[in-house]
Amino acid sequence: MELMEKLNILADAAKYDAACTSSGVSRGGRAGSIGSAGNSGCCHTFSADGRCVSLLKILMTNHCCYDCAYCVNRRSNDVPRAAFSPRELCELTIQFYRRNYIEGLFLSSAVLKDPNYTTERMIECLRLLRSEYHFNGYIHAKAIPGADSVLTYQLGLLADRLSVNIELPSEQSLTLLCPDKKKSAILSPMAQIRDKAEQSKNELKLYRHAPRFAPAGQSTQMIVGATPENDKHILTLTQSLYRKYQLKRVFFSAYMPVSDNSLLPSPVGFQPPLLREHRLYQADWLLRFYGFTAGELLDDDHPNFDAALDPKSDWALRHPEAFPVEINRAGKEELLRVPGIGVLGTKKILTARRYGPLSFEGLKRLGIVMKRAQYFITCSGRYLPGLKTSQEGVYRRLAGLEREELPQPQFQQLSLFDLPAS
Amino acid sequence: MEVCYRYDGTFDGFLTCVFEIYTHHEPPMDFRLSSDDFTLFEEREVLTHPFHAQRVYKALYGISPAFQNLIERGFLTCLPQKELALYELIRRGLREGDRVLRDLSDPTVARVNLALKKMWTEWDHLKGFVRFSDFGTVMAGEIEPKNRVLPLLGSHFAGRFSGEKLALHDRTHKETLLCAGGQWTIVPTEEFSLGRAGEEETAFRSLWRSYFNTIAIEGRTNPKCQSTHLPKRYRHMMTEFQPPEEKGEDNALVFPAALG
Repeated sequence: MELMEKLNILADAAKYDAACTSSGVSRGGRAGSIGSAGNSGCCHTFSADGRCVSLLKILMTNHCCYDCAYCVNRRSNDVPRAAFSPRELCELTIQFYRRNYIEGLFLSSAVLKDPNYTTERMIECLRLLRSEYHFNGYIHAKAIPGADSVLTYQLGLLADRLSVNIELPSEQSLTLLCPDKKKSAILSPMAQIRDKAEQSKNELKLYRHAPRFAPAGQSTQMIVGATPENDKHILTLTQSLYRKYQLKRVFFSAYMPVSDNSLLPSPVGFQPPLLREHRLYQADWLLRFYGFTAGELLDDDHPNFDAALDPKSDWALRHPEAFPVEINRAGKEELLRVPGIGVLGTKKILTARRYGPLSFEGLKRLGIVMKRAQYFITCSGRYLPGLKTSQEGVYRRLAGLEREELPQPQFQQLSLFDLPAS
Repeated sequence: MEVCYRYDGTFDGFLTCVFEIYTHHEPPMDFRLSSDDFTLFEEREVLTHPFHAQRVYKALYGISPAFQNLIERGFLTCLPQKELALYELIRRGLREGDRVLRDLSDPTVARVNLALKKMWTEWDHLKGFVRFSDFGTVMAGEIEPKNRVLPLLGSHFAGRFSGEKLALHDRTHKETLLCAGGQWTIVPTEEFSLGRAGEEETAFRSLWRSYFNTIAIEGRTNPKCQSTHLPKRYRHMMTEFQPPEEKGEDNALVFPAALG
């Protein structure tokens, strides 16, 4: 089979993986090897769906022995199959990397024969890339649930980041849709990766040349909208994954109708829940950088996000007692909770305040966008002059702002002269 | 009395101007390049003086290392009348010290900071969006940035591709970054053209294009989101947005002789 054909089949099969980040590890270039990695990662292009292309995201093979209902590569699906040899994959990675097309490799695989055999093939490929091609760039590898812990450990020594996909947000859905996967089989490699990474970090403090195990940590992904869990359930699960397993990222992937299995939403007329995915990501940021907890954002009376409002504005409108925030006095935590003020904005306000008091004029010059923030802040005890605030009015205006940024509904002009279909 | 300063456009030239301003007690009304047209205002032609420039440079460090860095980086931006804004900062810095950096709501400080932010964004974009082509002896590429980002990109590409010889041409500022063996330098270049690609190069380009088209999920097509992250002004230089090459004779690459 030609290389082009293989690349197309295996990239096509890998594209439903959301993660394509190259962040979390900083490593300068070395003489005699090719590549480096920057802490904040680097996007090399953006595909037509607006997602970042940072790594060469590819499957080792799409021959799979599992039959997970939501997956394109399930064994009962009739699609062309292919497999890369380790050397082909290395050559492709290096040649793309030299031309600055990519930041590294994201290697995943369908389960060929059994998890151990698949992991061994991945290790073989990464070892070739690291030792023979002297590749020093970023590698993200997918740990295969059910593989021997020794093999997962070896994989982690070669890769920068490991990930194990949790796939679906609850155990019931998992048993229903992927009969071959168990929740425990997914969580045990996650725990192993967490412990080994911790151990490696401690050893590195003592010995400079101790082996580095997954220095950029681990991430996971779950499919949203294929099963009936609500946002509260998903967000609570996300929070506990961050806390218990020290994950760097949890990715959400809106379910794309790839199957007509009766357990899944019917593909006819199915709209992928993109807006819901967006709201979950916004909330994910609030958990990681803004000091919110899942319980604050959603509760039993309010188990799903308001589609018309972003989660932070939504929270702010339900907590009028926390506002207004006085820009010249409030602490970092309070500023971070104001809709329209982000992490950088907070930092700038704190810095500028050390020079002198801030006015609304000054805030605008700092680059703080007032369209959301104005309803929630005062400068030296005063609201923005001329501002009208009432609970419903603010809701309407914030929802209006949000609407402009969301995809517009498609309208069609009615025609009087359309001929009836004969 | 305010005068208009003419200098050669280099950072050292600008620092020499600052030196002159302080020696003659003549605040600047404008800064112009030696090549610009003459004005009706009183003008002072400043010849770049490395020693004087060095003295000012050290004085900036004396205010604080961060302040010196801000002025040096600020000079690379495409801010209109950047010299006047930077001079204003230096004047305040020498009087008030480092704390001027924290006066973020001041119009001049805000203007310079915004320009710097845009420059770092462009730098960050170009680290990823630059495309190199293999021409046998050298990997070459071109960019058309708004700010002078080559000095910032130098260490990134030299470190990353320490085993390759690289030539990256900046069309806007007519200069080329040359990297080899982990070292880098920038040379002014009048003429630079990337000849026709070889067979292997063409093959990898089409592999990349095909990968790029495959990786997008059809059900999620979102051109607005794509344009937000990848502004259209970068695209004419990027392999995946260029039409496939036609088969033809190989042309030699023209690049500065300094690469050796």
